[in-house]
Amino acid sequence: MFQPYVPPEQMIKDRSEYARKGIARGRSVVAMEYAHGILFLAENPSATLHKISEIYDRIAFAGVGKYSEFEDLRIAGIRLADLRGYSYGREDVTAKTLANAYSQALATIFTTQMKPYEVEILVGQVGDTPGENELFHILYDGSVADETGCVAMGGRSEDLADHLKDAYREGLSAEEAIGLAVGALSAVEDKGVEPEHLEAAVLDRTRARRKFRRLSDPQLSSILASRS
Amino acid sequence: MTEPARGFPVPSYPLGANPSFADLLRATRPDGPEIGPAAGVGVPRGTTVLALRYRDGALMAGDRRATEGFAIADERIEKVFPADETSAIAIAGAAGQATEIVRLFQTELEHYEKVEGDRLSLEGKANRLAQMIRGNFPMALQGLVVVPLFAGYDERRSQGRLFRYDATGGRWEEADFHSTGSGSLSARGTLKKRWRPELGRDQAIQAAVESLFDASQEDLATGGPNPVRGIYPSVWTITSSGVSEVPEEEVRAAFEAVVQIAREEGG
Repeated sequence: MFQPYVPPEQMIKDRSEYARKGIARGRSVVAMEYAHGILFLAENPSATLHKISEIYDRIAFAGVGKYSEFEDLRIAGIRLADLRGYSYGREDVTAKTLANAYSQALATIFTTQMKPYEVEILVGQVGDTPGENELFHILYDGSVADETGCVAMGGRSEDLADHLKDAYREGLSAEEAIGLAVGALSAVEDKGVEPEHLEAAVLDRTRARRKFRRLSDPQLSSILASRS
Repeated sequence: MTEPARGFPVPSYPLGANPSFADLLRATRPDGPEIGPAAGVGVPRGTTVLALRYRDGALMAGDRRATEGFAIADERIEKVFPADETSAIAIAGAAGQATEIVRLFQTELEHYEKVEGDRLSLEGKANRLAQMIRGNFPMALQGLVVVPLFAGYDERRSQGRLFRYDATGGRWEEADFHSTGSGSLSARGTLKKRWRPELGRDQAIQAAVESLFDASQEDLATGGPNPVRGIYPSVWTITSSGVSEVPEEEVRAAFEAVVQIAREEGG
């Protein structure tokens, strides 16, 4: 079959554009460090198809974009973490290892597959002190950013980041962090966000071994009601 | 589906992700031929464990001794382990093999929960454990027998349930109580006398401690409570609020009550 020569710059540009468009169609996820850990909040009309998930004791995952693709990555991450933890020790499983593996995998897919993955993912790890938290933001082409404070990704990530940047400060309580994140989501969507259309989870360092905990709709509603 | 992502252990399955960690482990690292120890090589073996149902759920207990031939290998070994937040496993038999099976089983349950976003049903957990014990059968033939008891709180039925196993992976549900290991016969004798439907927590702990105490009198491989060195049986409760170890003071108090009754009866 005849294949026209496409310069690498052009190929990368086309693929990036394709991936960005796919991601921009989806809804957003916000991650935010607060006093006791890291909060993840997503706009998600489904109560069962999650965007946020537990990976290991201290590590959580969040994905935006195409569900089948970030679900693939989520399961691969759980497999990697559980195999590592079983072969070595539980404390030897780190967000850094996972971020590297995700970065490698996404970079390979970006250049070698028919189409790039239309996803952005976050890998968060809660530390014993706020200074030891880790947040890695990994893009469709495998580039990694090490973030602190708060991160937004997905469709309206730039607007969200603008809203969050001004209001965010260190040492927020869980309730304040949730209020801030929901406020930012409502502001960029220009409408109120119903608690049943939100998915929220925390990595809470005060918990025992498994730090990940989902917040139920009633819990979210009562937190939001008490703040408004 | 896309090709396996680089750096990740992703076995390819026809449809859907396989939520089993044990299968993943086998696919990533195929085992060599299973070789047990030559005859006459001693390995530590755990002895008596028991489980019973009571009002709030289920209770599991084990003595603290491991033996190697006629020698005591360990006086403080643990034989009861939480499997996840609503179930526990107690193991008698080859101690090294047993702890490995427990670790694999714990990872298996957590892995399933994370991949699927749901916990396995209690029935599902019990069946999975049976398959893992069956997987150990080649080793059992070479003397490394592992015989567990499994107890969990069934959230769908709101009650505790017990399962016992044999070395071939046979699985039976027990309605009230069971014990396994070298001292299990005399432990079960005492349990039979003491067990009532709807036992309270304190009575259930006392019945478990008395059964293990009686087993230690009849079986030289079962360790009795040792007040001098502060060694008491480990006792765990499995209820709607989770799996938790009974504090040592409570176990000691239960043991002292048992001794007191024995004195009064002139035993």
